[in-house]
Amino acid sequence: MITLEQVTKVYQAANGAVTAVDNVSLEIREGEIFGIIGYSGAGKSSLIRLLNGLEKPTSGRVIVAGRDMARVKGRELRNARQEIGMIFQHFNLLWSRTVRENIAFPLEIAGVPREERQKRVDELIQLVGLTGREEAYPSQLSGGQKQRVGIARALANNPKVLLCDEATSALDPQTTDAILDLLVDINKRLGLTIVLITHEMHVIRKICDRVAVMESGKIVEQGDVLHVFRNPQQPITKRFVKQLVEPEETEEAVSHLFGHYPNGVIAQLTFVGAAAGQPLITQVVRQFAVDVNILQGKISQTHQGAYGVLFVHIDGAADEIGRALDYIQDQQVAVEVIHDAR
Amino acid sequence: MLANLLPNVQWETMWAATVETLYMTGMAVAATFVLGVVLGLLLFLTAKGNLWENRLANTVIAAFVNIFRSIPFIILIILLIPFTKWLVGTMLGANAALPALIIGAAPFYARMVEIALREIDKGVIEAAQAMGASTWTIIWKVLLPESLPALVSGITVTAVSLVGYTAMAGVVGAGGLGNLAYLEGFQRSHNDVTFVATVLVLVIVFVIQWIGDIVTSKIDKR
Repeated sequence: MITLEQVTKVYQAANGAVTAVDNVSLEIREGEIFGIIGYSGAGKSSLIRLLNGLEKPTSGRVIVAGRDMARVKGRELRNARQEIGMIFQHFNLLWSRTVRENIAFPLEIAGVPREERQKRVDELIQLVGLTGREEAYPSQLSGGQKQRVGIARALANNPKVLLCDEATSALDPQTTDAILDLLVDINKRLGLTIVLITHEMHVIRKICDRVAVMESGKIVEQGDVLHVFRNPQQPITKRFVKQLVEPEETEEAVSHLFGHYPNGVIAQLTFVGAAAGQPLITQVVRQFAVDVNILQGKISQTHQGAYGVLFVHIDGAADEIGRALDYIQDQQVAVEVIHDAR
Repeated sequence: MLANLLPNVQWETMWAATVETLYMTGMAVAATFVLGVVLGLLLFLTAKGNLWENRLANTVIAAFVNIFRSIPFIILIILLIPFTKWLVGTMLGANAALPALIIGAAPFYARMVEIALREIDKGVIEAAQAMGASTWTIIWKVLLPESLPALVSGITVTAVSLVGYTAMAGVVGAGGLGNLAYLEGFQRSHNDVTFVATVLVLVIVFVIQWIGDIVTSKIDKR
């Protein structure tokens, strides 16, 4: 659906050239939810704006739904943009228009006749759950409702692709989840390809199928969300993954416990996908002559399955502990011994 | 009673002068609005980072606006005498005042329009572009509606200044309440005429401001 080939974007700033996007190649499949994560200044805003031609690449090709967005101009560009919806961090609604009129705006641009417009707007209001608020002005809406208007507006012309520019970054956690649920619902129901940029791992975890990690204009890592979670390669990716599964204080809290356990080992078990559902600890205790004590744990549900980390203390004879650890590893669970007092 | 207090006021003349002032103000406001919006849009659109970014055009328009905004109105009237004579054919009467009024007020209003447009959230313009809107659509459906309250309060302020300008134009023969106050009131020492003319000008100004405030608060949905 979307192909980026060696795309580079350089801005001429007062104090020299800034490379916002640096030789990025990407392939985004039809119907998937693709997340791009990075800290601010990583170049994700520029990257997403290349996809609908708001920015033109300095070099490279940007193919969206069969069109090279770097080359189309004028009317063709405007038509191409009608097939690419976009929602924004700060919603960008027209305050002078009601909810209904805001949603009708892209339809006016596309030249849809009035009656058809009314019908389509009604459908969209229902789709995003804004029934009863049709005549309200944006200033009378909450953040979540504003983003719903933004989503309805972006979907008005039945786009093939929806771009989300930090769409939940200005919302509180509960509203964020409601908006993310809505995006998944739309993705499933309409088969829409969704590309989102964010700095929140939570968003990637909750709705994305695949993820790309961006740093200083480059994609440093990409793949299935679970795969990247299981096996983060780059330091920045590790930092993002860590932020998700273990609260800041975990390591400290666990190391604090070392003194309490003069024997055995303390291990970090990382579960990915189906493994998180197995009664692993029970199996270990039954099969090996060891005691297992759970110190701390957190399991996160991702769009593709569970992902979690468990800190356990295993005590017993040294060779028995070793066999138990091997067994755990055989169950597709990553084991890292962080404190060994055998 | 009224005739005793204001012995020199001839009400038909006063009424005719009021109508002339209203005519000059109304015509000038209408033309200033159109010309100011066009100039303001050009100033905004040709500025750096905007849709029609063009340094040369921006500099030329800005220079034009700044020059005509800076010339004191009374001097502008004199400077424009040849132009007005060529355009209207005479220097006397309400119509002869219009070129100077419009050229004096439009650049002033254009700056206000530009400021109003700059207040619009860039994200909203970007959103319209992302929807595939053409520049014309953005002008008509985003820029003008989104800045409308500021455009209306700006034209209200400009209209109030224009009432003052018509009085000045009146002194050099354009008619209206200023002309009456100067010729009948000042030169013939009929202070009651000056007084009534002043009251009428004040009433016009208050009514303009009142209408402007009502319209602004009606259309402002922020």
